[in-house]
Amino acid sequence: MIGTILISARTIDQGATLEEKTSQAYFDAAAYCELSESNLKALGVSIDQNVKVATAHGTVVVPAKIDARLPDDIVFIPMGPWANAIVDPDTCGCGMPGFKGVPATVEPTTDPVLNMKELMATYKE
Amino acid sequence: MPVIKDVVCTFCGCLCDDLEVTVEDNKITKVGKACKLGRAKTMGMFLHERIEKPMIRKNGKDSELEECSYDEAITKAAEILVAAKRPISYGWCSTSCEAIEKAVVLAEETGSLFDSTANVCHGPSALATQEKGAPSCSLGTAKNYADLIIFWGCNPVHAHPRHQTRYSTMAKGAFTPNGKKDKKMVVVDPRNTDTAKKADLLLQLKPGTDYVLIEALRAIVNGHEDVLPDEIAGLPKAKVLELAEMCKASKFGIIYFGMGITQTRGRYKSGDNVSSLLSDLNQTNKFVMIGMRGHYNVTGFGQVAAWEAGFPMAIDFSRGSAYYNPGETGTNDVLMRREVDAFITGAADPGAHFPQESIKHLYKIPAIQVDGYANPTTEFSDVVIPAAIAGVECDGTAYRMDGQPIRMKKLIETTFKTDEEILTEIIAKVRELKGKGGA
Ligand code: SF4
Repeated sequence: MIGTILISARTIDQGATLEEKTSQAYFDAAAYCELSESNLKALGVSIDQNVKVATAHGTVVVPAKIDARLPDDIVFIPMGPWANAIVDPDTCGCGMPGFKGVPATVEPTTDPVLNMKELMATYKE
Repeated sequence: MPVIKDVVCTFCGCLCDDLEVTVEDNKITKVGKACKLGRAKTMGMFLHERIEKPMIRKNGKDSELEECSYDEAITKAAEILVAAKRPISYGWCSTSCEAIEKAVVLAEETGSLFDSTANVCHGPSALATQEKGAPSCSLGTAKNYADLIIFWGCNPVHAHPRHQTRYSTMAKGAFTPNGKKDKKMVVVDPRNTDTAKKADLLLQLKPGTDYVLIEALRAIVNGHEDVLPDEIAGLPKAKVLELAEMCKASKFGIIYFGMGITQTRGRYKSGDNVSSLLSDLNQTNKFVMIGMRGHYNVTGFGQVAAWEAGFPMAIDFSRGSAYYNPGETGTNDVLMRREVDAFITGAADPGAHFPQESIKHLYKIPAIQVDGYANPTTEFSDVVIPAAIAGVECDGTAYRMDGQPIRMKKLIETTFKTDEEILTEIIAKVRELKGKGGA
């Protein structure tokens, strides 16, 4: 397991599939995390193998990708349902939840990645 | 083949108004000049599925959505809003100002909270502007004059792909005739982004330390660099000094800022401090700031809400007059407090873009969705009303990220009702149910 900081943000593929969020293309564009090369090595995970990213606010399983230019202290997930499963909902009294800079851990897992509908269904209490 | 020229792209806040769209048999077959995002948006309805029919869940969230008529869906929506004690209307940013105006009327009529997607985007920038002001200019002025362009916490290569060629670093301006050669480009971001590849200087700060870095720049600009430590925001002091020198040497500097400022630690205080930095720099130089707005007409929402109700977002109409206090009346705050008992959204997708805790409450209350496409919001919506796509299937006005209004064109015919028509019909139904007669 590694300790890191979660950042979520737009990517061009996530943006280009925004209006087809039930599609495989959107799933491929938004359901993954990027890690530095050394973090991937430290976890003993290869590209597209699933990892569990956890914060104080939840956990999400996504396949791992590599961003060779990413610092070791950052894990990146494109904005969307998978990132938002674990972002910080607290608005600090100013309206805006914490979509970036959330302390997170990453570990290898054999759990499956939920698709959009399965992920949303977990919010039914 | 009929080619419509000067088409406005309705994806991002750049609102590029030079697209060339080929229409054959009421179908869009080609979109020229757009970026990948603009092409996907403009041709969307011919590339993938859309919501074809209005739909209602008859037996709660566990039941399936069943097709119905527009009338039935609109009546059901009005019934939900009239029965609610604390409804909220959210979104309305990927649509026209004309539709937003109707959304304001509906919110007022139902005593709703009323908020835009700025709640999860540039809301803190509005607060920062109200605290300190935001010296700005048009993108046209920026293109012609700016010789120092700082992208702070934004990644236009991915989010606003034509920004650099049309308005900023690559654009040839009246006083920057050689384009990039006449300009310096800086990126401030914890990630070494694709935008940073072409930057003259990248300040890869530690996540969440934007405020610290702005403060350090202010200290240097004000002649107090001696008080600064050797490392600032995870960066060597020399790098921060380099940026300060670039700022001081520029004739016209601009800070384009994004979610790296608004969503990280400090929130609106970081935007507020950017404004203070500009105030310092403007003692001797010329500096402006522009928020990189995502939804193409989120700027228009702010304009319409401000001229209709006095505030740009997070408005509470429940008191009979408009009340505004974003940390209290913002959508995510009221959802997290489990305060609202009905939800209507249009031209936005809170299901995909809200944190988990907010969505849990949306699964507990009646929800109405007005949208062209199925998305995570559809999953918890009890009433789904399909809408025409503004800027493609109907015309209207949108505001660019720099506050310039631009007229969107209608490119093809449609049988779908527009957001404006849907909202007008819901308002009439609400008035009827409340015994006030039709519109
Ligand atoms: S930069 Fe934005 S407005 Fe321009 S074509 Fe691309 S998505 Fe559309």
